[in-house]
Amino acid sequence: MRDRIFAPSRMLIYLVVWLIATAWLVPFVVVVLNSLRTAEEIAQTSMIGWPKQWAWSNYVTAWAEFCVAQTCAGIRPYMLNSAIVTIPATIISTMLGAVAGYAVSLWRFRGDQWIYGIVTLGIFLPQQMRLLPWTIVLRDVGLINTLTGLVVIHTIQGLSFTTLFCRNYYVAIPPELMRAARIDGAGFFRIFWRIVLPLSPPILIVTVIWQFTHIWNEFLYGVTFTTGQQQPVTAALIALSAAIADIPQHGVQSAAVMIAALPTLLIYVLGGRYFVRGLTAGAVK
Amino acid sequence: MSALSIRDVHKRFGPSEVLKGVSLEMGSGDFTVLVGPSGCGKSTLLNIIAGLERQSSGSVEIGGRTVDDIAPKDRDIAMVFQSYALYPSMTVRQNITFGMECRNVPRAQREAAVSEVVRLLQIEALLDRKPAQLSGGQRQRVAMGRALVRNPLLFLFDEPLSNLDAQLRAEMRMEIKQLHQRLGSTIVYVTHDQIEAMTLATRIAVMREGVVQQFADPETVYNRPANLFVARFMGAPPMNTLPARLEASPSGSVAVIGHGEGEIRLPVPVEVKGWIGREVVLGIRPECITEPTRHFGHAPDAVLTIAASVEMTEPTGAETIVVLRLGSERALGRVSADLRPRVNEMARFAIDTRKINLFDPATGDRIVS
Ligand SMILES: Nc1ncnc2c1ncn2[C@@H]1O[C@H](COP(=O)(O)OP(=O)(O)OP(=O)(O)O)[C@@H](O)[C@H]1O
Ligand SMILES: [Mg+2]
Repeated sequence: MRDRIFAPSRMLIYLVVWLIATAWLVPFVVVVLNSLRTAEEIAQTSMIGWPKQWAWSNYVTAWAEFCVAQTCAGIRPYMLNSAIVTIPATIISTMLGAVAGYAVSLWRFRGDQWIYGIVTLGIFLPQQMRLLPWTIVLRDVGLINTLTGLVVIHTIQGLSFTTLFCRNYYVAIPPELMRAARIDGAGFFRIFWRIVLPLSPPILIVTVIWQFTHIWNEFLYGVTFTTGQQQPVTAALIALSAAIADIPQHGVQSAAVMIAALPTLLIYVLGGRYFVRGLTAGAVK
Repeated sequence: MSALSIRDVHKRFGPSEVLKGVSLEMGSGDFTVLVGPSGCGKSTLLNIIAGLERQSSGSVEIGGRTVDDIAPKDRDIAMVFQSYALYPSMTVRQNITFGMECRNVPRAQREAAVSEVVRLLQIEALLDRKPAQLSGGQRQRVAMGRALVRNPLLFLFDEPLSNLDAQLRAEMRMEIKQLHQRLGSTIVYVTHDQIEAMTLATRIAVMREGVVQQFADPETVYNRPANLFVARFMGAPPMNTLPARLEASPSGSVAVIGHGEGEIRLPVPVEVKGWIGREVVLGIRPECITEPTRHFGHAPDAVLTIAASVEMTEPTGAETIVVLRLGSERALGRVSADLRPRVNEMARFAIDTRKINLFDPATGDRIVS
């Protein structure tokens, strides 16, 4: 057989793939490079360029010194805020989604398909449509401008996706397994805990990665429901841009963006493999 | 006291009625095999007995106790599934003890029960493995172990051997039979396999479209099928069913197959006065049509030899299947392996007329005297 790697059609595909990849990577590379250039250098030359000297201090400034909204502690407190919102919301929404997905996929009860339909409907509602209801809810329960409020929002909204993911994974569990367990005398939670959950790591990894990235990167609820010291890092980045509108500080700004993106990048690098594998894995071999 | 009694059980899934009034009664120690074509409701019936599915009407009694409102775990039953349904993340030991764990049986007692069952099934070496690390046969044993360890009033098996290869299936079949004889357990066993049904059962229930066609011991089901469906369903190759007319003769009734020259006259073993001169369906098993030197049991007088033309022979190794013409009807016979009757020539065959069955062509029901 001839080696077909260099066939014209193949070459065309590679070309297109590389073009797309470049289009995606260029902004990222610009941000990385700018995060290592001084403000003067950027001002004198242009937004695009190779650092003449490596300005690592941008990162120090962005992390701990820069002034946002009258406090000069960099984005560190906001990173902490994001973590305080993202970690519990990810864990709780994943666990609840697993239980809900398990209930609708492996137990038959009156209206189960309706419940599943309504929960997953959340996926298709635009975020903006949900702002007003959430405002009313948060106001009434007194959680406006609190991180707890954001945890509640992200946990509940996350349920749509986590339930969908887990349900689609659990439908592959053979019904005979459930029957055997019921005859053995296991109830709803024991079956979940001892039989279903041990089969779940692939889908839980997928769900956690998905939830973590989405909640961490979420921005609309952050700016809408929190102000000042309570903002997550995505919202704080906006405030930071506003603060440097007068004196352009693209270097620091880029460094801040890099720091803010680091957790999700890390999750991707560490878990990306499992993400793809988990989406295609079945529950039981 | 009967170990299991099923009374007029109906089951509907939406518009379709899957069980249409099933009633079965079995005593302690009975090995009842449920057979029937795919989709006839065997698994549904088993699930209803287990309490995994609720019947639309009718009732189920296990060990003299009505269990209609009792959860599966409290029915004192154990079930073995076709897919084995072993818990994938648990070791063999945990699989076997999970039921006891759910019932909070003390650890020492669990261990004692496990070691007994494991010895019985010879799976000691597998205790710490996961199901994925077991072969099909080993999984099958573990699934049996999980059922045996409960020591229930009633065992339910849903095609437990159908995922095994032929050799292993034969082996496990023997073992199940031995276990039954040894433990005297009461078993309801679903299968597609004729041989399993015939060899294991003390009673066979043949089902079709949610109705029990016949419920009797294997001998009766095989030799005196209640209707044409059972006659054709049990046995491979199936029973020959041929149109015939009944006539009276000095020595009793005679069934006539075909007309004129080539007609075949077979004395029938039953008194069928009301049917003289009428059309019937005559059923005769292939092994009752064989070479003329064969003796059937201790009744040499029941043997009749006839001449028939041979259409085809199929040597299977253990025997030779012969396709022949009886009257003008095509029928199967079974002769010794080393015999090869010439094709397209006449040959002589012995017919075991004791085992002739007659059926009503209108209803398909067996004609009894
Ligand atoms: N949960 C259900 N909902 C609707 N129909 C069902 C359900 N379970 C079974 N049926 C139907 O009931 C009929 C009997 O099914 P059942 O599984 O009892 O058949 P079976 O005799 O065990 O067949 P097989 O030999 O193929 O296992 C089938 O037509 C099946 O489609
Ligand atoms: Mg079945």
